[in-house]
Amino acid sequence: MLAQSERHQNFDPLEDEEELDLRAEQPLVPAASISGRALITVVAIMTFLASLTAGTAMLVGSAAQGWRGAVSREMTIQVMPVAGHDLEADVANAVAAARGIQGIADVYAYTKEQSEQLLQPWLGTGLDLSALPVPRLIVVKLKRDARLDTDTLRKAVTDKVPDAMIDDHRLWLERLSIMAETVVAIATVIFILVMIAMVLAVGFATRGAMAGNREIIEVLHLVGAADGYISRQFQRHFFRLGLRGGVIGGGAAIVVFLFADSLSLLLRATAGGDEMQAMFGSFALSAKGYGAIVLIACTMGFFTGIVSRTIVFRHLRGLT
Amino acid sequence: MVRFENVGLRYGMGAEILRDISFEIEPHSFQFLTGPSGAGKTTLLRLILLSLKPTRGLITLFDADAAHLSKDMITDLRRRIGVVFQDFRLLDHLTTYENVALPLRVQGRAEFSYRAEVVELLRWVGLGDHMHVLPPVLSGGEKQRAAIARALIVRPELLLADEPTGNVDPTLARRLLRLFAELHKSGTAVVIATHDLALMDQFESARRLVLGDNRLHIYE
Repeated sequence: MLAQSERHQNFDPLEDEEELDLRAEQPLVPAASISGRALITVVAIMTFLASLTAGTAMLVGSAAQGWRGAVSREMTIQVMPVAGHDLEADVANAVAAARGIQGIADVYAYTKEQSEQLLQPWLGTGLDLSALPVPRLIVVKLKRDARLDTDTLRKAVTDKVPDAMIDDHRLWLERLSIMAETVVAIATVIFILVMIAMVLAVGFATRGAMAGNREIIEVLHLVGAADGYISRQFQRHFFRLGLRGGVIGGGAAIVVFLFADSLSLLLRATAGGDEMQAMFGSFALSAKGYGAIVLIACTMGFFTGIVSRTIVFRHLRGLT
Repeated sequence: MVRFENVGLRYGMGAEILRDISFEIEPHSFQFLTGPSGAGKTTLLRLILLSLKPTRGLITLFDADAAHLSKDMITDLRRRIGVVFQDFRLLDHLTTYENVALPLRVQGRAEFSYRAEVVELLRWVGLGDHMHVLPPVLSGGEKQRAAIARALIVRPELLLADEPTGNVDPTLARRLLRLFAELHKSGTAVVIATHDLALMDQFESARRLVLGDNRLHIYE
């Protein structure tokens, strides 16, 4: 094009041996910007909320599953005191009859003292309950995968102890199932709503962040960059922003679940802690739950990348 | 190299802002594109660069009918054209060196393969001491020279310069014009849009394309 000597005549060339201290190749999309930071914040908040919702839904789902499992694997035989009958003998007969049925893992009869203790929350302590016809409870635990015929058990027990009653918790179980399914359904709906809100918020935030980069798209376009090259630059940049926000939000959610789990372990011995444990089981999120949070965080990265790519292509379509 | 035949352009349903524009730019030629402010000089340059589509007429660029070019083909043709924008269009987060190297970088070339070339050009346009400086720190004239260097780095077959001396003092304007003249001597066709009569007088042999009343008048 131009002779080097000619160039040197016209302007003040520096010495050739001078060392060049060039910085590492910079990304074509500015790494730090106010809109970029705002996008990270939005993604972090939305990922945090979505992760909390997903984790809570999974916790409630597994707790409900636990309730149903525990209740459905248990039956209660109630032996009523009848005048002229030896209650202890009736209890022993009922236990023996129950043990003889296939599919039963364990049979445990509450003692007289234990049965009376069950009434203490209602009647208080220090009372002589011997005059009251306190029924005796026998807890029958079923084997994990066994299918038990309740009628066979009922017949075997009532043949020996006609006044015994068997409660297979069916009514209670049905109500519990409906409640558990409702709770899980509500959690799922909330999760879906949070995800939709997240997609919209992140989409708008990405658009906002992209608006400040239109000049860069146009310059790259006019100096001969192919559309694919330009979109790749933005997709990579926004994927990183989205992933950073996702990691912050997802990380915060994981910390919250770990903290709740530790707290529930600490409070286990207290009355409130026991109630919580009974209701929700442990707050320990399963590996699947943590996996879901990681997935949500990664999805945010991909989503912001894809949105930016779409916006770049749309903008480039407007340019000729 | 570039041929316009009865090209017209209107925005939306408005009146034509360019009407029946017909001209040809030969390889190795030098021309000024002039006319009053608002006459359509920048618009005409954008039509040549294919960043605007005409509403009618035929544009041929490097023997290709612009109406039938795919986006990839337009990108390829654009790489043969150097452009100096009136408002420089330097990227503020990149240094002068990185801005000048941009057209080579977007072609996928490795940095080490063009480093010497870019440094030499920067020194030649007098920005050797400003290689690591970001554009907001540069003066108007320095930005102008950086923009010119960015247009020249691809060794273009056609150079389009939109008011390249608009922000510099007369001395620097003369130096820049000399730079364009050298480029022309080395084989590049040059189109300089300007309304600086003094600048045009320094290069009297150049062809003048004058825009007025939405039409183009050519003075050989």
